[in-house]
Amino acid sequence: MSEYKTTFQTISAAAEALVKDDGYYGNYGGSFIPEILVPAFAEIKEYFEAIKQDEAFWQEYCSLLADYSGRPTPLTYADRLTEYFGRAKIYIKREDLNHTGAHKLNNALGQVLLAKKMGKTRVIAETGAGQHGVATATAAAKLGLSATIYMGREDMERQYSNVFWMKRLGAEVIAVDYGSRTLKDAINEALRDWVSSFETTHYVLGTASGAHPFPAIVSYFQAVIGIEAKEQILRVEGRLPSWVYACVGGGSNALGVFQAFYPHENVGLVGVEAGGQGKGSGRHAARIAYGEGKAGVAQGFKTLFLQNNDGQMNDTYSLAAGLDYVGVSPILADLSERGRVRFTAATDTEVVEALEIIMKTEGLIPALESTHAFAGAFNDITESSGSDIFIINMSGRGDKDIFNVAEGLHDDEWKAFIRRKARQFENSAR
Amino acid sequence: MMMNGKHLSGEKPGSSKIRLAEQITGGPSGQPIQIMTHQILGYPDFDTNYEMIRLFQESGARLVELQLPFSEPIADGPVFLHANQASLASGTTTKQCLEFAERVVTDFPGLSFLFMTYYNVVIQYGIEEFVKACAAIGIQGLIVPDAYPEESQEFMEACRKHTVEPILIVTPYTSSERLAYLSAETGGFLYCAARKGVTGTKTSFGKETEAFITRVRSIAKTPIAVGFGIQSGQDVRFLEGKSDIAIIGTQLLTVLEQEGLSGVRRFLKTIIPA
Repeated sequence: MSEYKTTFQTISAAAEALVKDDGYYGNYGGSFIPEILVPAFAEIKEYFEAIKQDEAFWQEYCSLLADYSGRPTPLTYADRLTEYFGRAKIYIKREDLNHTGAHKLNNALGQVLLAKKMGKTRVIAETGAGQHGVATATAAAKLGLSATIYMGREDMERQYSNVFWMKRLGAEVIAVDYGSRTLKDAINEALRDWVSSFETTHYVLGTASGAHPFPAIVSYFQAVIGIEAKEQILRVEGRLPSWVYACVGGGSNALGVFQAFYPHENVGLVGVEAGGQGKGSGRHAARIAYGEGKAGVAQGFKTLFLQNNDGQMNDTYSLAAGLDYVGVSPILADLSERGRVRFTAATDTEVVEALEIIMKTEGLIPALESTHAFAGAFNDITESSGSDIFIINMSGRGDKDIFNVAEGLHDDEWKAFIRRKARQFENSAR
Repeated sequence: MMMNGKHLSGEKPGSSKIRLAEQITGGPSGQPIQIMTHQILGYPDFDTNYEMIRLFQESGARLVELQLPFSEPIADGPVFLHANQASLASGTTTKQCLEFAERVVTDFPGLSFLFMTYYNVVIQYGIEEFVKACAAIGIQGLIVPDAYPEESQEFMEACRKHTVEPILIVTPYTSSERLAYLSAETGGFLYCAARKGVTGTKTSFGKETEAFITRVRSIAKTPIAVGFGIQSGQDVRFLEGKSDIAIIGTQLLTVLEQEGLSGVRRFLKTIIPA
């Protein structure tokens, strides 16, 4: 047994500060589900309530986090980056060092374990950038359940390396070929599967969105990020940070790192959305930062969605496949309305610039999703002073983004390599 | 209210002032079971929708479910999903759907019309405004599968206020306790989804379906309609004497796509004997 100290009480304490039993967060949340899913949701609520009190469950979960996933992840002092800007001290929470390379495994392990307790033999999941799909496939392999992953065709093209790994991990990957062929469409397709299969199957929703109790479940399983970060910063600095930055697609890594800091009102929380090609371009996923999200009900819950006047969801866009979700966690929508979380957006251009700085100063390769958090922090840093502390949640590593980054950086050597490799495959096939 | 250049008086034929349940159980249809058909508005286009509805009236259908398309139709299977997306891609709006409904309610007085859509379409129009517009047009019922009744009191109250029936759905997985609740809350009739899953997949009608319908009958205070997976006259015959209404949706659209309007006419004859 490892030395890992996080127990169910600390996770509960962090999560309970934010999570509501009735599933409503101010004006948002709720459960707008078709009748056929009522028994499935009743079952999840029952089991989730039970495991919240079940120390043995949390011990098993924490043991998996420690001995399988490799937690706690470090909080790295970014000395060269700090020096580069000459303002706030920058610390980076290293979720990239979680097994499978992103924070997603925290939730996937928790929910697959929950599925097992519920007697399910199969899990399904949606994925955007592929990290949640890889995490679910991994957790299913480790815990002995079968897995089916739904992924938009557009996202499969952008993140094929993750498709490769999901399949190798034994999961079935199903391409979603309608709508914008991205994350929201993958969620719809997973829901369609679930209404036919809920007796044997649990839907491992990957983000803190969806019908109640999914925002609460995901928040619980991600709370570990902030719990660790808070302990770590207190240990090295003896005080809390001034600001905590996280990218926001659906909202799971942001809620993960924010929860433990939420009760400390002197700690500023910043969610960075996908600014894509900028405000007014119609090609972004900045629901709150650009003020274009409007309250509505879709995919089982009420939140701010990018939609037209008839309530039809707009197509979204981001260089980062994991951030171009049309809605946002109801918990974050409420925290924004209450002024507790400040929302900002980073454009694709700002993200690519930020990525180059991080790679060359710190030797880190964050995922394009996570780089949004860095870009948001960099945009703010001129307003900070040497007495400020920034924590940036690096939600995942960027290996998966090699094709997109090479394209964004116009790397001709890489493109030439890809052409050579393609010719090699063609020749060997003849 | 003004709509489509006309003043909507709420005095349309088949007006919702005559309660839907009375029409279903009290009508001189002479049919052993009433048929509710379905159309996704704007797919493949409104002219075809109109011609389909003409065929429905000619064939003896009594109720027509008009679906306002939505970009995230989570309860719909692949055939309807495609139709929703294609309709929106061709520019269908809520306003056009209401205008079309107003026209068909006037032109086809022998049919009772209901809307099916998803909650966000209603919310963005304005919940009470939408229900009020439906009442004014003569739409008699609203089927909104994701307006979970416990979470949608504003919608339910607007329906009661404007005498438009909120049609609730039950499934074989609905507990008897919940069935009693939904039966008390529903208007017009109770929509029984014959199996789990989304629309459009074949249902095997047999003892389990019969047991489900018997259970609903023992609790429901309203007429009942059975839908999901009805694909043939044989399925309808199975439901005769058990259900008040048989709902045929996906199969009609599949026949339209594969065999055109003449195919639909032939198919309707096998469903609804003269």
